[in-house]
Amino acid sequence: VKQHSGTLGRLATLKQLAQRFAFLSLILASFILMLLGKADAVLVERLRLAVNDAIAPILDVLSRPAGGIAEVVGAVHDLAALRAENVRLAEENAKLMHWQTVARQLDNENRALRNQLNFIPDPDPSFITTRVIGDTGGAFVHSMLINSGSRDGVRKGQAVIAGEVLVGRIAEVGERSARVLLLTDINSRIPVVLEGARTKAVLTGDNSDRPRLNYLSTNTTAEPGDRVVSSGDGGVFPPGMPIGVVSSVQDGIVRVEPLIHRDELEYVTVVDYGLPGILPSDSPSDGRER
Amino acid sequence: VKEPLFQRLDNGIRHLLPLGLTLVLVLVNVVPTRLPGFTVVAPLLPLMSIFYWSIHRPDLLPSSAAFGAGIVNDIMAGTPLGVSSLIYLLVRASTTSQRRFFLGKPFFLVWCGFGLYGACGLLLQWCLISMVFGRLLGVRPVLFELAMTVSFYPLLSWLFARAQLTLLRRA
Repeated sequence: VKQHSGTLGRLATLKQLAQRFAFLSLILASFILMLLGKADAVLVERLRLAVNDAIAPILDVLSRPAGGIAEVVGAVHDLAALRAENVRLAEENAKLMHWQTVARQLDNENRALRNQLNFIPDPDPSFITTRVIGDTGGAFVHSMLINSGSRDGVRKGQAVIAGEVLVGRIAEVGERSARVLLLTDINSRIPVVLEGARTKAVLTGDNSDRPRLNYLSTNTTAEPGDRVVSSGDGGVFPPGMPIGVVSSVQDGIVRVEPLIHRDELEYVTVVDYGLPGILPSDSPSDGRER
Repeated sequence: VKEPLFQRLDNGIRHLLPLGLTLVLVLVNVVPTRLPGFTVVAPLLPLMSIFYWSIHRPDLLPSSAAFGAGIVNDIMAGTPLGVSSLIYLLVRASTTSQRRFFLGKPFFLVWCGFGLYGACGLLLQWCLISMVFGRLLGVRPVLFELAMTVSFYPLLSWLFARAQLTLLRRA
């Protein structure tokens, strides 16, 4: 009996050792993955894309009822504010009618002037409108998953818009899903200009809902309410695309309130402006492999 | 005494509950809720699952399962690969080592315990992601996220307990 319990004890110790070894090697594996993600982005990206593509159909189904719930919440919300909303919309409509007239006039004028100048227009953009199937919540990363990928013509670096407003850019592309890096993400840098003053700056995300304006020249002053549009520098986004409004200027830190509201995005449009882009992976020839 | 095949199969499927629930919560975490302001501070649901099962059935959520769930979470959430898996591994290991303390204690104490582990986990995650990105991340969203995660724990814990009672009572 003694011998038997001895073997059992040894077996138990062995099992414990194996478990501890497994735990330590998994910890090590986590660190190796982190380093690998830093060093060999391509390998890790492939793994990410494969898993994303596999899970995209499930997320697609899951995200549909979520939209329904939000609609119900929104409907109750709207009902309460119906009257005030109506008044506001009527006012806004009157204002917009005025702007429409102005825009028509400017459009005509612009066309006439372009004709006189033999202006060569930018290539016509192509669009893909697609559903948002994942919104990665949390404090660390601001990104979204969309329901189209390379087979639908989505390429890395393309601009993502909702309505006319910039949402972000495509960061990873899989076969049938892609990840959109929102302009509030800490890794997002967008060359912009202050619309009124025509001063250039870089809109830098910092994972808060109000990104910062960096590299603004010191002798310009940004005022709350100034509109911020893309400058087109770097060749990733076309110039003049609305992004946000300066919300606060404090101790030289200028913060911008984006025009998009992340929680309202159900469909977004991926736009190919045919711009070469500054990112090395942007060229259409190697976009397909990634 | 060997159990009949059907019963073993049945038990085997029931034993997948902790890992399955964790993976489902990983997915639920990235489903767009479209609730204003919620997405940024969405609670870390998988972490709650890891904590709960590490106390109640650590045998059904081995280190390798925590690691795997972390990898899937990193991929879905877009965080650097390996960060969540490391956090889940550490939370699982430290909770399991203290499970005798937590078992049978009043719920409030377990909740405080979760608050402590959650805070350590998020702090570590903040450090790691800041290191990988090479710049300091804002602290405020992380604090909000921690508060949300801790305040959602009672609800999730109740759901886990219901699931455990119905599916794992005898298994």
